[in-house]
Amino acid sequence: MSNPNVNWAAIDANPKFQALHRKKTFFLWGLMVFSVIYYFLLPIGAAYYQELFKTKVWGVINVGILFALSEFVVAWTIAYVYSKKANAEFDAMAQGIINDVNSGRI
Amino acid sequence: MSKNVTNFFLAAIALLGCTAAYAAGGAVADEFKWMTFAVFGVIIAITMAITFWAARSTHTTSEFYAAGRSVSGIQNGWAIAGDYLSAASFLGIAGLISLYGYDGFMYSVGWLVAYITVLLVIAEPCRNIGKYTMGDILAFRNDPKKTKTVAALSTITVSTFYLTAQMVGGGVLIKTLIGIDYEISVIGVGILMLAYVVFGGMKATTWVQITKAVLLVTASIILVIMVWAPYGFSLPSYLQAVVGDSDVQKQVAKLLGDKAATMTPEELGQRFLEPGLFLKNPIDQISLGLALVLGTAGMPHILMRFFTVPTAQAARVSVIWAMGIIGGFYVLTLFLGTGAAMLVGPDKIASIDAGGNMAGPLLAQFLGGGENSMMGNFMLAFVAAVAFATIVAVVAGLVLAAASAMAHDIYVGVIRGDHATPKEQVVAARVASVIVGMIAITVGIMAKGQNVAHLVALAFAVAASSNLPAVFLTLYWKKCNTTGILLGMIVGTVTAIGLVMISPNMTYPKAVLASANKVLNGEPAVPAKEAQPAVERSSFMCELFAMEGCVLAKPAQAASAEKPAKPGAAEKLAKLGEKVVTLEASLPTIADVAAKTAVEADLAKAKKDIAATEKAKAKAEGDLKKFEGQTTSIMGLEKPFFLLKNPGLISIPLGFLLVIFGSLFTRDKRAEEMWDELYVRQNTGINAEAASAH
Repeated sequence: MSNPNVNWAAIDANPKFQALHRKKTFFLWGLMVFSVIYYFLLPIGAAYYQELFKTKVWGVINVGILFALSEFVVAWTIAYVYSKKANAEFDAMAQGIINDVNSGRI
Repeated sequence: MSKNVTNFFLAAIALLGCTAAYAAGGAVADEFKWMTFAVFGVIIAITMAITFWAARSTHTTSEFYAAGRSVSGIQNGWAIAGDYLSAASFLGIAGLISLYGYDGFMYSVGWLVAYITVLLVIAEPCRNIGKYTMGDILAFRNDPKKTKTVAALSTITVSTFYLTAQMVGGGVLIKTLIGIDYEISVIGVGILMLAYVVFGGMKATTWVQITKAVLLVTASIILVIMVWAPYGFSLPSYLQAVVGDSDVQKQVAKLLGDKAATMTPEELGQRFLEPGLFLKNPIDQISLGLALVLGTAGMPHILMRFFTVPTAQAARVSVIWAMGIIGGFYVLTLFLGTGAAMLVGPDKIASIDAGGNMAGPLLAQFLGGGENSMMGNFMLAFVAAVAFATIVAVVAGLVLAAASAMAHDIYVGVIRGDHATPKEQVVAARVASVIVGMIAITVGIMAKGQNVAHLVALAFAVAASSNLPAVFLTLYWKKCNTTGILLGMIVGTVTAIGLVMISPNMTYPKAVLASANKVLNGEPAVPAKEAQPAVERSSFMCELFAMEGCVLAKPAQAASAEKPAKPGAAEKLAKLGEKVVTLEASLPTIADVAAKTAVEADLAKAKKDIAATEKAKAKAEGDLKKFEGQTTSIMGLEKPFFLLKNPGLISIPLGFLLVIFGSLFTRDKRAEEMWDELYVRQNTGINAEAASAH
C-alpha cells in the first residue's frame, strides 16, 4: 500500500505541510464546535426556555419556529463557508505540496 | 450478463402481475388500483433499464463496489440524498408534524446537522485513504486482519438493524397503501433490490438512488406548491390558517387532555406551533441528537458513497449538494405535515396509521381531488410508488455496504489474506450480496408485526458509539492503535445494544396487560386530588437509570376534580348498541328535516364509536392472549431499567474513551510508523485510489 518513493516523514515535517495542518485544524474545529453548540441550543431551548420559544414575533410565527428554521440556514452557511475556504486556500496549499513532491523538492 | 438482466426484468413484471391479484384493501380504492400498478410498473421499468445499462460496465471490483470512482460530485450528492431520505424520514417526519406540529419539525433538524460532521471531518479524508469499505480505513495503520474483522462485524450489525426497520416499514407501508400482502411486498422489495445490486453493483445502486431522490423532491415540491399557493406563498398567513383550523385545534385538545379545558380555540391552535406535544424528555432528545450528529458519519452505506467519486474535492461537492437537497426536503416537510393536518385532519391520518406515516400520501390524494377522483388516486399512486422506490433504493445501498464488508473485508482481506484474483473478488462480492439479500428478506418476514421503530435509532447509536470513534481517532490521533480500536468498537457496540435491550423501547408484558385490562374492564373512579407541589429529582443518574430510592422530577399539579369510573369495552358496546336501536327507531317518526339530519349524524357517530371500540377490544383481547402469564420482557425485566430511548448519551462517550484508553496503555509499532503517511495522504490526496479509465 505504501509508496516507497515518497518520504512521508519529510513531507510531514515540511513547513508548508505544517502550515496547512495548523490552518485546517483551527478552522475545522472552530466550525465543528460552533455547529454542535448551535444545534443543541434547539432541544435545550425547547425544553427549558419555553416562554421564549412561544413568544410571537411575526403573525403567529414564534421564536421557536424561527430558531428551528435558522438551524437550516446555519447548517447551509457552514457548508458554504467551509467549501469557499477549502476551494480557495486548502486545495491550493495541498497542490503546492504535491508539486514540491513531484518535482523532488521534498 | 445482459441475458440474465432481461430475465430479471421479465420476472419483475411477472411479480407485479401476480401481486395485483393479491391486492385487496388499502388506501387506494379497488377501481383505481390498475393506475397504481401502472405507475409502479413504470418506475420499476426505469430502474431495470438503469440496471441493464449499468451491468454492461460492471466487471471489476472497483466498478462493483465504487462505480469505477467515476460518479461526479453533484451526482453523488443526489445519490447520498437518495440513500439517506429513507421512508422513515420521508413519510415519518411529515407524519410527526401532522400529528404533533412543532416537535416533528424540530426532530428533522438533527438529520441535516449530521452532515456537518460528515463534511468537516469524514468525507475528504475517507476518500483519500479508503478503497471500498470502512475496514480499509481502519486497516491502513492498524492490524489489518483484526480491525477488518471488527469493522466488518460492526458494519453488518448496523446494516442489519437498519435493513430490518426498512423491510418491515416497507412491507407495512405497501400493505396500507395498496393492500398487497406483507410477505409478498417484502419478497418483492428484496428481489428488485438484489437485481440492482447483483447485476449493476454500485453504478446501478447510485442511479436508482438518484432517480428516487429526483422523484421524491419533485413530488414534494408539487405538493407544497399546491398547499402553499392559496396563501400567496406567505408564511405568516399560511401558518395563521393552520392555527385557525378546527381539526388542528381538536388534535391539540386531544393531546393536552384535561389541560385543554381552560384554553380558547386560538390558544389551542397556537399550541400546535409550540414545543412539547411529542418530545417530552429533553435528555432523551440530546441523546438522540448525539447519535444522529455522530452516527451519520459512521454509517457504512454513507461512508461507502465517498469511494465512488474521483477526488476529495468531488467528495466535498457531493456533501454540499446532499446538504442542500436533504435540508430543503425537510423544510418542505414542514408544509407537507401542516398541510396534511389542516386539509386531511390528524384524526383521519392517525386512523389509517397510528404513527402518521400516511400523512404525505393522504395529502396527495386530497390535493388531487379526494378519494373518489381519478386525479386524487393518481397522485396517491405516484406518492406510493415514490415511497416504494425509496425503500428499494435505501435497502440496495445497505445491502451493498454489508456485502462489501463480508466479501472485501472478511473473505478477501482476512480469509484470503488479500491474495484473491480480481475475478474471485467480483464473484465473492456478488455471492455476498445474494447472501445479505436473502438474510434481509428472511429477517423482514420473521419480524412481521414486531415493533421495529427503535432499530433505526439503534443503528445510528451503534454507528456513533463504535464506527465513528474508531474512524475519527484513526484519522486524527497519532497515538491511536489496534488495541484501542478493538476495545472501543466492541464495547461501544455492546453497550449501545445492551442499553436498548433494557430501555423503554422493549415490550413489557405487565404494562401491556394492564392497559389491555383497562380497555376490557374499565377503570375505577379517581377521587378528587389536592394541588401538588413540584418534586425535584434526587440526582442526575436517576434520569438515566431506574435505581432504588430514586425520586423523579414532577412539575407542580393543580387540584383536580373527581374523575368518574370509565366503563369496560363490553359495557360501552352494550350502551352504544342500545343508543343505535333507539335512534333508528325514532328516525321514521321525525318529520322536521333539520332534526332528522341531527339524529342521522348522531347515529353515524354512534356506529363509528362502536367500530372503534370493537377494534380496541379485539386488540386488547389479542394482547391478553399474546402475553398471557408473562410478567417480564425478554431481558427478564418487569419495567425498563435504562430510562432513555436512545443509548447515545452513555455509549458514545464510552466508545471514545475506550479507544483512547486502549491506545494509551499499549504500543503498536505499525500504527505509529504509518501515521505520517496517513496524515499526509488524507490531507493531500497523494497516492489516493484513482478513477478507473473508461
